[in-house]
Amino acid sequence: MNIVRALKCRECGQEYDIQPTHVCEFCFGPLEVVYDYEKLDGYFTRELIESRPQTMWRYKELLPIDGEPTVGAQNGFTPLVRAKNLEKALGVSELYIKNDSVCYPTLSFKDRVVSVALSKAVEFGFKTVACASTGNLAGSVAANAAAAGLESYVFIPHDLEQGKVLGAGIFGTRIIGIKGKYDDVNRLCSEVAGKYGWAFVNVNVRPFYAEGSKSLGYEVMEQLGWKAPKHIVVPMASGSLCTKIHKSIKEFIQLGLIEDNGTAMYGAQATGCSPIAKSVKDGTDLIHPVIADTIAKSLAIGNPADGYYANRVINETDGWAEDISDEEVVDAMKLLAETEGIFAETAGGVTLGCAKKMIESGKLPRDESIVLCITGNGLKTQEAVVDAITKPRIIDASLKDFDALAEADGFEAAA
Amino acid sequence: MRLRVYLTFDESTVREPLIWKLAKEFDVVTNIRTAEVKDHMGLVGLEIDGEDAVVESATEWLAEQGVKVAPIEQDVIEG
Repeated sequence: MNIVRALKCRECGQEYDIQPTHVCEFCFGPLEVVYDYEKLDGYFTRELIESRPQTMWRYKELLPIDGEPTVGAQNGFTPLVRAKNLEKALGVSELYIKNDSVCYPTLSFKDRVVSVALSKAVEFGFKTVACASTGNLAGSVAANAAAAGLESYVFIPHDLEQGKVLGAGIFGTRIIGIKGKYDDVNRLCSEVAGKYGWAFVNVNVRPFYAEGSKSLGYEVMEQLGWKAPKHIVVPMASGSLCTKIHKSIKEFIQLGLIEDNGTAMYGAQATGCSPIAKSVKDGTDLIHPVIADTIAKSLAIGNPADGYYANRVINETDGWAEDISDEEVVDAMKLLAETEGIFAETAGGVTLGCAKKMIESGKLPRDESIVLCITGNGLKTQEAVVDAITKPRIIDASLKDFDALAEADGFEAAA
Repeated sequence: MRLRVYLTFDESTVREPLIWKLAKEFDVVTNIRTAEVKDHMGLVGLEIDGEDAVVESATEWLAEQGVKVAPIEQDVIEG
């Protein structure tokens, strides 16, 4: 059942037919997919959802595609982990990790948004898809396009680290390195998106792309036993994830799938790129663009397209936003790994580190349910922690040497 | 070409009539589509219409005045 009604301007409310476009022709406001939810009355039940395969597409009626997905049919439904060890470390009573560091197929939540964007691109008849990215998005577009038999272009800054180029290049995508300052590279990508007849996932098909983030929210609510947590902490780059998880909660409430739990949204950024967090702290809704300087590269968006809307969601839900230093990011990555066995990328360190700071400041209550959204895998940002991990202790191939070491650690040989 | 941009004015430029000056300096048609101005900053969605080279020069001039000129998509390079 397709309940998509239109694209609607978030600013002036003008509606447009479903098409690959993203900006209101009247006021330049961003367009968003809107739905006729009443068509799902009596149909879209918990039982129906639970009867479906464990992928993000079990909520397909609330994602903007016609029929079945053609790209990324296996994506999503990542674990929600009760983080008992981290609860003790942070002094909170009910903490969960939504672990998209194991999202299929490229180990980040971008697989959710990309599979929706590319499925929609196929519906629109595009043969070539594209993105501009420094990491996770590039890999996800390249991999999902390869699996779907689509041509793909990935635009990157020309001096991007080799490891990150590899993460997209292995999938046979056409990688274009662009020389120039960030703003020039950004502008070129925008111009290319407007000039060529491609589906540029976060430009002309952005309204559909962004909706894919809602699946993370749906999963959290189902995995909690059909309820929303009291508090959700999300990393913020463009700010889109924050707004879409909030939208997912409102939709489940409207559809009668959960009760309104008064969920508050919290945003996390690195201090070196924190335009949204700063706006929340300053009590303004104007986002002042910044030049990003942080190890959390996947969050390094200095002029965030959805910053205003993320700010609004945070304020409307009585949440908060926080930012932390790069050193705190590394500490939090280690804390998550050592307590829960989850190796998150730098953005995960940002999320946990900001949550820790908000718990300590009292912004996040210790006695209510909290979900932390971990959105990418630490294997992709190893350089951030390479100097912070425990180095191996080197011994000769001698049992005597090991016995001495074990004794120093407090172990005795079994009898 | 008809270029669509967001202009961000900071504290030092928000009180200056820069869009008026732009139309005086360059042979372009400016069309404000959205605007929000506060004490310390302003945000304007602007359409700039004219010959390609003139529009290019006009946007460079705005940047030289201390205005951030961004595509209406804002940052499209994601992590």
